[in-house]
Amino acid sequence: MADTLTFDNLKKGMRVRIAGVSEEAPFCGRLMELGLTPDAEFTVIKVAPLGDPVEIDLRGYKLCLRRSECSCLKVALVD
Amino acid sequence: MLLSQRTGAVTVALVGNPNAGKTSVFNALTGSKQKTGNYPGVTVERVTGKMKVEGTEFLVIDVPGLYSVEPVSVDEQMATNVLRGEGPDVPDLLVYVMDATNIERNLYLFSQIAETDKPAIVALTMTDVLARDKREVDTIKLASMLGVPVVPVVPHKGTGLADLQEAIFRAVDDPDVPSIDLGFPQVVMDAADGLVETFGLSGVELTRKEARCVILEEHCSTYARFREQAELKQAIDDARTAVLGAHAKGKTVDAQARYAWAGRIRREVVADRDTMRRSWSDKLDSWLTHRFFGLAIFLGTMYLVFQSIYTFAKPLMDIIDVGVGWVSDLVGKALAPWPMVESLVVGGILKGVGAVLVFLPQIIILFLFIALLEGTGYLARAAFLMDRLLGWCGLNGRAFIPLLSSFACAVPGIMAARVMPDQRSRLLTALVAPLMSCSARLPVYVLMIGAIVQPKFGQAWAGFALFAMHFVGLAVAIPTVWVLNKGVFKGRRLPFMLELPRYQRPKLRDVWLTVSSRVKVFVKTAGTIIVVMSVAMWALLEFPKGDKAAYAAEYAKLPEVRRQAVTEDNYLAERQREDSALGRFGRSLEPAFRPAGFDWRMTTAILAAFPAREVVVPAIGILFGQGETDGGDAGARQTLQDSMVKATWPDGRPLLTPWSAVAFMIFFALCSQCMATLATITRETGSWKWAAFAFTYMTVLAYVAAVATNFVGTIVSR
Repeated sequence: MADTLTFDNLKKGMRVRIAGVSEEAPFCGRLMELGLTPDAEFTVIKVAPLGDPVEIDLRGYKLCLRRSECSCLKVALVD
Repeated sequence: MLLSQRTGAVTVALVGNPNAGKTSVFNALTGSKQKTGNYPGVTVERVTGKMKVEGTEFLVIDVPGLYSVEPVSVDEQMATNVLRGEGPDVPDLLVYVMDATNIERNLYLFSQIAETDKPAIVALTMTDVLARDKREVDTIKLASMLGVPVVPVVPHKGTGLADLQEAIFRAVDDPDVPSIDLGFPQVVMDAADGLVETFGLSGVELTRKEARCVILEEHCSTYARFREQAELKQAIDDARTAVLGAHAKGKTVDAQARYAWAGRIRREVVADRDTMRRSWSDKLDSWLTHRFFGLAIFLGTMYLVFQSIYTFAKPLMDIIDVGVGWVSDLVGKALAPWPMVESLVVGGILKGVGAVLVFLPQIIILFLFIALLEGTGYLARAAFLMDRLLGWCGLNGRAFIPLLSSFACAVPGIMAARVMPDQRSRLLTALVAPLMSCSARLPVYVLMIGAIVQPKFGQAWAGFALFAMHFVGLAVAIPTVWVLNKGVFKGRRLPFMLELPRYQRPKLRDVWLTVSSRVKVFVKTAGTIIVVMSVAMWALLEFPKGDKAAYAAEYAKLPEVRRQAVTEDNYLAERQREDSALGRFGRSLEPAFRPAGFDWRMTTAILAAFPAREVVVPAIGILFGQGETDGGDAGARQTLQDSMVKATWPDGRPLLTPWSAVAFMIFFALCSQCMATLATITRETGSWKWAAFAFTYMTVLAYVAAVATNFVGTIVSR
């Protein structure tokens, strides 16, 4: 079984799948509307020089998010 | 109803995700026939334009970009209102601007908008970008899957515009309403059917779509309609439980179903992206967002922007000054027979007009840069690089340019805050931008430091003091943002989200429209307020006129030493200002400012500088009997500094101590003394209340900080 990670652990180049979404968290609804739904996969393209935000490649588009604001998402590594 | 049967222009709303290319389509459709305003009471801009196709006039609205019809920001709220037909605009036809490079997420919103049952056309943008990857969208298939026409457009090349206009024109007589099959899970549709039936038994008509909405969406408007009816509400709640069970929420089911649908369509109409292939834009980005080079290039770019508004604008501003001075001379001569009228026109109206025009070089230069940076795609990178630095106190990376610009001048800085996509950040930025030490504060620092710090402590400390004064505002701004963010702006915060668009050549037309619309807006709205305030200030300083003969008699009785220091004309001017409405006000306020170490002259200078802090040095000149000087000429400044150092309280104590001088500078660093800034805040936030708020908090801060400085300093140095 793949390790479960949070956004805090993401590093450049990782490919991950969304393993879980905790719906009560503040920004959860909006994140799902952006395409971060359960089972969606994305790749980490880059991390800003100061460590945050991170840019991900999701559903054919690219999006930058802050690590702390995605705490409701649990992700698992995909090979 | 056919759109052609309605009276008046047909209203076309351009809707879509942020960054889908809406504004470019809008600019291309309407050209320069645009009107910019605000939605009532909010900082959200409302842009409308006119378009004529084959003799039929259309009103086109550039609706704020949105990600979902469940709004999380004021901007999205305004956009949703337009879609629902609430508010000032009721669209007859939607032009859905869809980014071909980002079909899935764009289809998510389309699936929601399709449920409004409004006639629609899809304008497919960025097909040229897609073509660079050797990919294309099967528009015929897409049109058949969405049920509405799909028109590819590349606005800056003019491709597809005629087709789009024709499609809009055709829709007047023959509109197409989207019809899509979202393919929700069977359990959802069964529950929806059940709900329709239950409602039917109670004699309430409910469509299948409404039923699905009410089951899956917590904030569905249909739910609100039946909340009061216990029986129906119970039926809804039962259906929700049946579908979702105890653990899941409707949102997940809904979003997953819509994205599954979007994914199916995307795979049908466009080939997958080759994720291995790195475009030149990606390669460039690895330099421009590089840990070291990225930050270095960023700092270099920002230095250039700052230098441009701080330094390069200066000669242009001087030309405007000279020009206004020249016109003032001419008008002054023409009006010489009527001194009152001359004084009003030259000292009030023309001065105000000059004060408006003098901001234009900085506004034009800054917005030229912003439009270019935005057009190339670098602006988003700037926000990406700086977000961490500004994020922790409640701002975000996009605030960097507005705040940096404010070190030159808060007016273009506040106007630049509009690049931020949500109202909360815009307001926060606009409210703290005036705390940044603008160039108009510099003459005060130079005057005071030269008068007190340099002679007493030497050149090194003088340099440090000048540097430190520029940090006072910044140091105060950070906790201010924090407090405003926690205390004043309650309610939902948005997650920070940013898209880094592909780098591209800026479109000159968009650059020109950005710059010209900013200038127009500033001159029209802020400009009017500035001229009116200028006239009001003129009246307060000119009246009452005082008794010239009595002042002259006073002058004659002055001791010889005093008369050598002050010319008769300067003395008369000083006495007139002292007896003017503002001078009297300054005198009556002196007790309030005494704890800060200011006498009535300094107090009156502060009051006179409320409309524009630039006038403080000339005001000090008059009030200290040295005539009007702008402090630019070193000799005149030295004389003025001497007379300030020699000035005493009535009991003979020296007026200027190092601490009262520092307190005076701190007061200027923090106080809101710029009606142009307040006028701009009013314009940009759509409400004078925010301007009043900024004025109050800054003035209170300035007063408290000045008093505290003088108080603590005096105790320490005792």
